[in-house]
This record gives sequence, C-alpha cells and structure tokens, in this order.
Amino acid sequence: MITAGMDMGAKLIKVVIMNDGKVIARSKILSGFEQEVSANDAMKKALSQAGIKPDEVDRIVATGVGRSIAPFAHDRLTEVGAAARGAIVRLPGARTVLDVGAEEGRAIAITEEGRVKDFAINEKCAAGSGTFTESMARALELKLEDFGPLSLESDTAVPMNAQCAVFAESEVVSLMHARTPKKDIARAVHDAIASRIVSMARRISIEKEIIVIGGMAYNVGFLASIKRALEMDVFVPEEPDYISAEGAAWAAHDKLVNRAVVEVEE
Amino acid sequence: MPKEFWRWKEYNWHEENIDPKAGGIISGGVDVGSVSSQAVVLIDGKLYAYSNMRTGSDSPNSALNAMKWALEGTGLENTDLNYVVGTGYGRVNVPFADRAITEIACHARGANFMYGPSVRTILDMGGQDCKAIRCDERGKVTNFLMNDKCAAGTGRGMEVFADLLSVSIEEVGDLSFDVEKEPEPVSSTCVVFAKTEAAGLLRQGWPKNLVLAAYCNAMAHRVVTVLERLGMEKEFAITGGIAKNRGVVERLEGELGLTGLKSDFDTQIAGALGAALFAKVLYEKQQAK
Amino acid sequence: MIANYGYMDGSGEYYITIDTDKCNDCGHHGCVDACPKGMFMVEIDDYDDEVACIKEEFRKQIKYACSECKPVNDRPPLPCVTACTPGAISHSW
Repeated sequence: MITAGMDMGAKLIKVVIMNDGKVIARSKILSGFEQEVSANDAMKKALSQAGIKPDEVDRIVATGVGRSIAPFAHDRLTEVGAAARGAIVRLPGARTVLDVGAEEGRAIAITEEGRVKDFAINEKCAAGSGTFTESMARALELKLEDFGPLSLESDTAVPMNAQCAVFAESEVVSLMHARTPKKDIARAVHDAIASRIVSMARRISIEKEIIVIGGMAYNVGFLASIKRALEMDVFVPEEPDYISAEGAAWAAHDKLVNRAVVEVEE
Repeated sequence: MPKEFWRWKEYNWHEENIDPKAGGIISGGVDVGSVSSQAVVLIDGKLYAYSNMRTGSDSPNSALNAMKWALEGTGLENTDLNYVVGTGYGRVNVPFADRAITEIACHARGANFMYGPSVRTILDMGGQDCKAIRCDERGKVTNFLMNDKCAAGTGRGMEVFADLLSVSIEEVGDLSFDVEKEPEPVSSTCVVFAKTEAAGLLRQGWPKNLVLAAYCNAMAHRVVTVLERLGMEKEFAITGGIAKNRGVVERLEGELGLTGLKSDFDTQIAGALGAALFAKVLYEKQQAK
Repeated sequence: MIANYGYMDGSGEYYITIDTDKCNDCGHHGCVDACPKGMFMVEIDDYDDEVACIKEEFRKQIKYACSECKPVNDRPPLPCVTACTPGAISHSW
C-alpha cells in the first residue's frame, strides 16, 4: 500500500512516500512564487526516487499553509494534526510537539495515539517564527547554517528588547556597532525566539516527552536556547522538517486501513 | 555608498517678528523619538522656533543638537530657556530638561494648540510607533493606545518598502497615486511577510507604483483598525512623519469617510510643541510658589 | 483616562486596559501583587494622579508574558482582573 504526504510549507514543500508505513522516498523543494508548480516538481522528484509511477500511489494527503492548492491530494489535514500524527511515530512517548517552521510556531499537546489535545500558535508575525532567525543572520552577514553553531560558543546572555523582526534588525546593527561579539548576538537572537516559543507553549500544559520538529529543529543554537528556556531536555528526530509530511502520509495510510487517528478535511 | 531612499531633509525655522529678548517666558520642548528629534521654543506661549532632525545614536546629544539647531540664528542660548520639558522615547535622556512628560500627554497638548480645541482624536504615526489618542477640549488625554512593538503602521515599515522599491520616501505618496486602478491592500500585516508578498507581486510583473499603492492601502487599513479599537470621534488630526505621506493619509481618510483637520504647523513638531506648552505652565507654577 | 498598554501585530490585538479614573480612587492596588509576572506598578501620571500601569519592559510582550494566565483550555479568572476591586482592568484578548 503506497501513500504520500505533502507538506505545503511557506518556504519549502516537502513530500514523503510511504510503503505500508515505511518511508521509501523524501523530497523538498523551495515553495517559490508558484507553489503548484513547485509541488508538482517535489512530487515528481519523490516518485522517481522511490521508483514508482504516479498511479501506483493509493492515497495522498496534503497539509501545510498551502494545502488548499496542493495538486493530487485526496484529503487535507491541518498542520497541527499532521505534526501530531507524524511525531508520535518518531517518538512514541511524545506528549508535547514544538513545531517551528519558516512562518509559524506551534505547540501541540498530543495523546499516546498521536491525536491533538490542545494547541497554541504563533502566526502572521515574523517575530515568532524561523523567518526571525533568517533576518537576523542576514543582518549579521552570517550564513544561516553557521548562525546556530556560532551561538553555542557564547556564554554571555545579551538581552534583546525588540519584539519585531524589523526593529530587531536595527537592534542587531546597533549591537554590532557597539562591538558586541557576533557569537553573543547570535545567542541573543536564539534566546529571544526560543523565549517566545516557550511562552506560547505555556498556554498548553507542557508534558514530557518533548519533541521539536520543523525546519528550526536543524538549528543547534535554537535548540540550546529552547532547552534553557524550558529547563527540560528535548528530542530532535532526524530530518525534523519532514515530520508533518510523514504525518500526512500516515493519515492517508490510516484512511486506507479505516483507522481514524486524526480527522482529515475531505 | 548606495543611495539611502529613506532619507528625508532636516530643517529649522524661527519667527523673525518676535524679539526673543523682550522679556517673555521662554519655554522649550524636546521630543527625542527613535528616528527623529524635534525641539520647539515658545515665547509667552507663542511658537518662536523649531527644528527637526534625525536622532543620532545617543539620545542626550540628539536632544542637545536639536535644541541648538532650533536656536541657531536667534541669538538665544540653551541657558536662556526658562523651563524645558523632555518627551518621546528618549525623554529621560534630555540632560537639560526640568521635567519629563510622556509623549502621549505632549501630543494631545500639542495637537490642541495646532488644530484648536475642537480636536478630539489624534493619530500620530511616528518613525517606530503609532499612537492613537483621544482628548478633551483642553488637550487632556481621555483615552490612548500606543503600538511600538510592531513595525506595521509605522514610518519604519514605509522605509522598508521605499528601500525595497528604490523610491525616495518623500515621493511615495505621489507615486502611489500614479496607478490605473487602486489595488487591493497587501494582505500580510507583518512588514517582513509583506515584503515577501511585495517581492512576489513584482515578479508577477506589477509596476513599482502599484505595489506602493497596495502597501499604502494596507497601512491605511491598519491604522483604521487602530482607530476603531480606540473608538474615534470625527474631529481628528494626523500628526507625525506619515502625515506628510498623502499616499497613506488620503486612503485613510477615504476608508474613514472623514477628512482630518488641517493645520499650518509642521505635523512633526506636535510632541515637542506640547512639551514646550507644558513647560510654560510648569514654569509659571514654579514662579508662583 | 483609559490607558491601553500593549500592541497589535499580525497575529492579533493584545491590550491590557486600565481605567485610571477608577484606579485613582483605589488605595491598595491589588494588581501589583496579584500578577505572577509582576507586570503592574503604581506611578504618578502626567496629570499627577496615582495610578497603576504596566511596566515598560512588558508592554511589547504582553501576549507572551500573560500566556500562563491564559491556558488554551479551562481558563481560570485572570488574577489581575480579580484583584482589581474598582474593576479598572480588562484584557482585549
């Protein structure tokens, strides 16, 4: 039984192909300005990697902010539903999911079956999402992949006052003018975003174990700041930005075996 | 160095027909904002001199420079001022001020002077904040809200767009009306996301001016939301730098179905003017003791 | 005076409103101790009234600072609103 999950994210489109619940291919492509075209490309890439034809896929579920325009999808699933369903497979003990992507941050309380109990979202404001970190890396003239590791070198907490990505950029520039070491600014940026995500998460009851997913989970600086803010350890799965696409593929699987774990939008 | 599209001209002015040394009360107000600083000097409560400058990186100097520039050519020195009130984001950093008063109270008082006692709602769109104030006929605040957390609806947001589109900030208003048809507003409130949206529109082939119009529209709509939250009365006035951007002002008035009160005074000096008015009263109180 | 502390951003409107005319008559300012984050303080305002306000450092982040008092489910009454006997405090969200 072949199922596929498509996560139509703000920045990246992720596709996962599963055979009887086992991941056989993954692909991601920049969403760009024509999401439908990119979605087609991402699906093609995943299918060729898996070595299967489009009509061999039994069911496709789409999730993510652009899910309404996802081509091929039989059903659609909310982002929190997909994150919960995908997370429970990677970490059966997970009860809290922190999902931080390019334009949104979410905290989800989940059950042992991978159902959503409660959730809180930061959306439509760059200060609470991965975009914040990207803008700050640009202001510091650092590559995004160097930004997280650099902040690990810092042992000094510098406060950041700005709560807006635009204003924070100016603040970063003034910190640079004041000769604050870049590593300390990097830490300040990660502490700031982590503190917002954790504060938001306090609106649900944060229970162990905690799994961090989404593109920001690749950022070691952010993870260190999250652990400090939570005063708890967190689990980071491999390929953390595919979890929601996997959840969508699982939802497709569930549907085929008549097992409703998360509710899909028909 | 690349051209800086957000730059605007700094200026000063003083009234030639007033003799500053005739013995009147000389009161001063300094409004140190995050982007611009203004100084106002009153003689017996009449506008005598003012200046408007970009705020430097340290606010004590910005306050001093703004006052120095306002007094340039008047023959007056800083020490001739009887009483000075500091206001604005850097108000605690006005070294020569006798008292600090919030910009909310100063704006209401200043607008009352500029637009007359009928003004009830004041919208101040500054460089890094947006304030909405309701006041009584004496210019006393009855209700206010402020937003300095988010760049949307502030001058900074407009600067980001001017830079993105390589348009001088002073031309934004006129250019935004040079379009065939009024576009829908940019849908993202967040300036960072709006910028991404605008980049998408440009890629689709939208002309610059149309994108500007869409952003001015979004900004106007945003400010209307602020005013609705405050609960506005129809005698309203717009102050601050954005008041000079007709791209936002005219769209805002259109959406409200109301026209703002007009004044011959420079809209950017409302805060400093209010501070100088407070200074005069405080000086008189001090003398009466 | 109706003082609104907070902000609106892309994600919503977050204001704590204090009616300072009611507040000015309150001798005890229960809000100051009630808030688990210590967000309230008493100040003499521009018109020389003794009123409560939100501390400067919290004004740009009240959405986050208040989140523990606002769980998604089973929300209890807000401590600041309950402690304010003159009924001067309200939240916009």
